[in-house]
Amino acid sequence: MSATGFGAALPRRRIEILPAMTPVIVALVAAPFVGSASTFVTLTAAGLAMGMMIFTMASGLTLVFGMMDVLNFGHGAFIALGAYVATLVFLPLAGWSASDSVALNLAVFLLAIVAAALVCGALGWVFERLIVKPVYGQHLRQILATIGGSIIAEQLMYAFWGPDQIPLSVPKTLEGSFVFGEAAIEKYRVLATLVGLVVFAGEMLILNRTKIGLLIRAGVENREMVEALGYRIDRLFIGVFMAGSALAGLGGAMMALYRGQVHATIGGEFLVLCFIVIIIGGLGSVGGSFVASILVALIANYAGFLAPKLALVSNILAMVVVLLWRPRGLYPVSGR
Amino acid sequence: MTLLSGDPPRGRALQVLVALIVLALMLAPFLFPGAKALNTAAKTCVMILLVASYDVLLGYTGIVSFAHVMFFGVGAYGVGLALYGLSASWGALALGLVCAFILSLALALAIGLFSLRVQSIFFAMVTLAVAYAFNVLASQLSDLTGGEDGRSFKIPEILQPGFKWLDHPILGVQANGKLLAYYLVFVVAAAAFLVLLRVVNSPFGRVLQAIRENPFRAEALGYRIVFHRTLATCISALGATLAGALSALWLRYVGPDTALSFSIQVDVLVMVVVGGMGSLYGAIVGAALFVVAESYLQDLMGALANVAADARLPMLPGLFDPHRWLLWLGLAFVLAVYFAPLGIVGALKPAEGKGRPAG
Amino acid sequence: MSASLTLDGVHTHIGRYHILQGVDFDVPGGRTTMLLGRNGAGKTTTLRTIMGLWRASKGRIALGDKALQGLAASDVARLGVGYAPETMAIFSDLTVRENLVLGARDGPLDDKRLDWIFGFFPALKRFWLSRAGSLSGGQKQMLSIARAIVEPRELLLIDEPTKGLAPAIVGSLIECLREIKATGVTILLVEQNFRVAVEVGDEVRVMDNGRVVHRGAMNLLAADESLQNRLLGLSLDSHQ
Repeated sequence: MSATGFGAALPRRRIEILPAMTPVIVALVAAPFVGSASTFVTLTAAGLAMGMMIFTMASGLTLVFGMMDVLNFGHGAFIALGAYVATLVFLPLAGWSASDSVALNLAVFLLAIVAAALVCGALGWVFERLIVKPVYGQHLRQILATIGGSIIAEQLMYAFWGPDQIPLSVPKTLEGSFVFGEAAIEKYRVLATLVGLVVFAGEMLILNRTKIGLLIRAGVENREMVEALGYRIDRLFIGVFMAGSALAGLGGAMMALYRGQVHATIGGEFLVLCFIVIIIGGLGSVGGSFVASILVALIANYAGFLAPKLALVSNILAMVVVLLWRPRGLYPVSGR
Repeated sequence: MTLLSGDPPRGRALQVLVALIVLALMLAPFLFPGAKALNTAAKTCVMILLVASYDVLLGYTGIVSFAHVMFFGVGAYGVGLALYGLSASWGALALGLVCAFILSLALALAIGLFSLRVQSIFFAMVTLAVAYAFNVLASQLSDLTGGEDGRSFKIPEILQPGFKWLDHPILGVQANGKLLAYYLVFVVAAAAFLVLLRVVNSPFGRVLQAIRENPFRAEALGYRIVFHRTLATCISALGATLAGALSALWLRYVGPDTALSFSIQVDVLVMVVVGGMGSLYGAIVGAALFVVAESYLQDLMGALANVAADARLPMLPGLFDPHRWLLWLGLAFVLAVYFAPLGIVGALKPAEGKGRPAG
Repeated sequence: MSASLTLDGVHTHIGRYHILQGVDFDVPGGRTTMLLGRNGAGKTTTLRTIMGLWRASKGRIALGDKALQGLAASDVARLGVGYAPETMAIFSDLTVRENLVLGARDGPLDDKRLDWIFGFFPALKRFWLSRAGSLSGGQKQMLSIARAIVEPRELLLIDEPTKGLAPAIVGSLIECLREIKATGVTILLVEQNFRVAVEVGDEVRVMDNGRVVHRGAMNLLAADESLQNRLLGLSLDSHQ
């Protein structure tokens, strides 16, 4: 009855390495053009930090799409909302932010991003129930409904916080850079990278070591079969949607601190970027969007230095190149 | 009847509404004096064409694309840059228009063929990315396009406001270039609309709808899906390009925010949904409603905001701020998506059994 | 002994198509009932309707005394129904172990039950930690069935398990179906392969055009070649 050989068990599943190597390849290719080692280090560090923030925003979106084929244009609104919530935390705790104590600085930072995550997670539930659920399964109406929802959300943010940019500064001890010889790496970027890695590790742990994660991965492949096995996948989906919105808010808060100001347009801008990232990464694949985020951020940073005019469209170009190589993304999920 | 390609608006109410709107646009300079009113009317004509061409793609063929505004931008920049860089002549205008058409066709072909390789949601996201890239490019290539500030330019002499072709006013309206410009916009937009009407009522148009309903079946019946979808994309793109050209001509200005911004794409989506997908008359109704609301609703809201502020009500002055008009439109849009998916045209449709389904 | 399944006047519409046009039959508890018929007769639609993946527009479906019609698929599954679909629907990016863990919704995997399954599906033990997508067609089919029986069930719905499999593997699948039968579970099995039907089936129901056109014992149908020709269009031999 056996179709293959006897003896030793076959090796555990291997993950294809080449797609994950693409950011490394890009870095190696860019290095000689950049020339100076210190500039290269700075650019790469900036790219990693930005990549982590983008990953935080995008990973929820890819799971939401992978599980239920929901293309959520409202995702951008949560990115922006997270940034605004961060200002709500920083305002009363301005003293902590201005103080010399690293502990207080870190505390206000953590409070801000956690608050952003919680608020966006909760409102994610509202958004899913009110806007997404009524049009499950109807792609066009769902696109339209989530666009409409995002317009309303953005306008409400303007109504609440005013149409102007709100400044938001990084806490005092987190300003400035670590200096290694001639290379300078901004301290905040290191922090952002750490947060991003923690988020990634957390997601990977949940997805690969828990039953819920198992259900999510199975649901991305074939949600009908998961239902037929006795699981209420729509409840699971709400949870994933809320988590995705929470992460979007977290990423938005971090990005706003990075840029020094908050404005609702950050939502639309990063929504497009998230779409590009999840397409490059493979719809439904968290690992894929991790690699894609770093790839896109590195390319943007190197291009910004080497060919500034191209920098803003560099991610589109990257997407086209990747799709020509792998039409379904770097790590496509089977069965999609 | 052949003017409307055998496809008049269905139902008394819709016929009256469409007739009123068309009449109002035709006689706008005489019915509504003032620059703002004429501007609104011109913008309505342009938007009707833009939305109708989008509906050919979305409502009739069933393709979701966010790159429509890109073609609008190509038309606007084509004409605008030609008139800016060459001369304020009909020749330059024609050259700009032809170049814009060619570029749009090329882009439409590329997009149409790309849609082969990927499924529809993927495709929609990619069109979004491409449109975004185009927008960025226009800002970046500032030597050519004038960057964020755009380009102002002169238009052919007889269309300029200063040009008087009659010494005395007609029915109280100055007989100047602006009047001619308006009627140029109106006539071209109307003609293009009628052409689109012809297209969707032709055998080609019916095949598009068959493909939208059930692609597998259509393919099994022998229709070449790729050919039809690509051609529909091209037709839609050309319509948008023409609309962009008219817009640039009217405004005598082209810039990223008037010609390429994603908010225009969103506006088009709102118009096509509120008006009614799958019916070109929906474009007329939706565009008219939207543009008029955009121009005049804000005044109303401003008044309401003042009242609320005087009454010291919380939150309301912010919500009624004229700049927040999009909030209310967004709300109307979402409600339309849920409760009136067929838009105003669908709501005004006569009861089943009377006549064929709307063309 | 497991409960019996009854369908009463079941209609199912898919879009504009009226696929099931009044399906009536019963599946005796603890026995194996074959559901036969030509392509397009509505067999898969019947299984999917029982499973709740498609909603019956009319009629009653009952497992024992519990009504199944109108229930969501996850609720049907929780009443003790195991399903191995025609497409196998294994999760390719998950390991064999993870696939089976998903099947065990009431608790952790039972080692004794697993050993029993490994007895007739040894390949699953060998590939325990491998990606399910790397299995051969026959092995995937084994995994699909194993997942459906990884816990005791009241009813098993199995859709064309031998489709596309080599004759040698078909033989071992028949063995395994016999072992599963021996546990006394009610089975409704859709098959195109008449030999399998004869070897495994106690009862047979034949469908055509969305209705049941024959009900009876399997051995009676197996003995009556002219009836086979009439119902299935082909004789026993040529159905291999």
